[in-house]
Amino acid sequence: MQAGMQKKTACGLTATDVLGAAAFVLLGVSVYMALLYAPTELIQGEPQRIFYMHLPMILAAYLGFLIVFVCGVMYLWKRTMGYDIAARSAAELGVFFTTLVIISGGLWGQAVWGTFWQWEPRLTFTFILWLIFVAYLMLRSAAQDKERVARYAAVLGIIGFLDIPLVFASVYLWRGIHPEPAGMPRAIAMTLFVSMAAFLALFAYLYVLRVRWDRAKDRIEEMYAELEEEHQA
Amino acid sequence: MSKDTGPGAPRVRYAQQLGALLWKDLAIELRTRDTIAAMLVFGVLSLTVFNFAFELRAESLVLVAPGVLWVAVLFAGTLGLGRAYSHERERGSLEGLLLCPVDHSAIYLAKLLANLAYLALAEAVLLPVFDAFFGVEALQPGVVAVILLGTVGFASVGTVFGAMAVQTRAREVMLPILLLPVLVPVIIGSVKATGILLDGRPWSDTWVWVNLLIVFDVVYVAASFALYEYVLEDWG
Repeated sequence: MQAGMQKKTACGLTATDVLGAAAFVLLGVSVYMALLYAPTELIQGEPQRIFYMHLPMILAAYLGFLIVFVCGVMYLWKRTMGYDIAARSAAELGVFFTTLVIISGGLWGQAVWGTFWQWEPRLTFTFILWLIFVAYLMLRSAAQDKERVARYAAVLGIIGFLDIPLVFASVYLWRGIHPEPAGMPRAIAMTLFVSMAAFLALFAYLYVLRVRWDRAKDRIEEMYAELEEEHQA
Repeated sequence: MSKDTGPGAPRVRYAQQLGALLWKDLAIELRTRDTIAAMLVFGVLSLTVFNFAFELRAESLVLVAPGVLWVAVLFAGTLGLGRAYSHERERGSLEGLLLCPVDHSAIYLAKLLANLAYLALAEAVLLPVFDAFFGVEALQPGVVAVILLGTVGFASVGTVFGAMAVQTRAREVMLPILLLPVLVPVIIGSVKATGILLDGRPWSDTWVWVNLLIVFDVVYVAASFALYEYVLEDWG
């Protein structure tokens, strides 16, 4: 996929444009539903509405980390830079969404528990996940040589992903299991569903842009290298 | 090479290679004592610092003792794992090894065993010091078993990450940043199990944590064994 070469639909829009438009329309609808359509929760009151962005964002982040793992395995197997770009972009978006989840969770916790932070299993788990993938990004920026960065990042992405169930099990055993809310009214479920669709579309849109930007960047570097060679010849 | 025994058989050769590689690391350490000395001094220093850090606030040092022990082990161990590769890099010795007709998995296993030996030795000294400083009874079979289980997980991931970290710009800083988040299950499991045993509760109370440690060890020894190959590629 090269910039400027994408297929256009009938009305002159690219598929990415359509995806972006869908993401923003869905986000608008989900904000409306979360704030006005969904009923106010009885115990937690208004702050519970954060839930409608909180849960979809963590799902988007998980999707990102899954992509990092799959593309890491694929990179080590096929050695195509495309997989590395796919993993790199997914890791960035994963960390981005996890950061938002931690912040939104903190605001929610401030309103409901009275503290921004608690060493509660789900929070702890999310935070450790964040640390693992921040380390992933730091490793990427600290290693020299493109090919080596890709290889090390793939190894770390795989090791980090394998750690997710273990971290999950350990923090839950560590703090005891919290009961899950059983059953949701229809309006809440509908709102949650729309929000999930919105955030997944947003993830997909940002992801496509990020991957394209990275490819363009790599292409520019290649062109500079080619120019340099021509210049020397 | 169709026979399975005798000096030329593949399995025997692998064992010989492993032995030679392990001896190389241990011999360097025996002659220089760089890594072990640094680990021990740093470990004892951590215990000392914790003693001051907690003395005034904690009601009983026994309450924080398992955590103190594990942080000292982790810090000293991280230091040692970092050192394990710096002389390989400085002298280019691993590049030489990679040119030899040696199975790369033998290089990983030898490094892992050497790292385990350093860690176990450091722990063997830190434990009695810890007992003396904090007035606990950590030198008991259960605690030693938990420490060894935790150490295997620690060393298996550390051996891979150490090799990656030494090849980056940040080096010493990179290793703990990579290692500590991934080790969270080991930290939680070991501290919990050690705490239960130091409280004098029965061994059976620790089984959840011991199982967690065993699962971690199995997963990461296998994963590191498979992934190490990719880290060694294009070394230098």
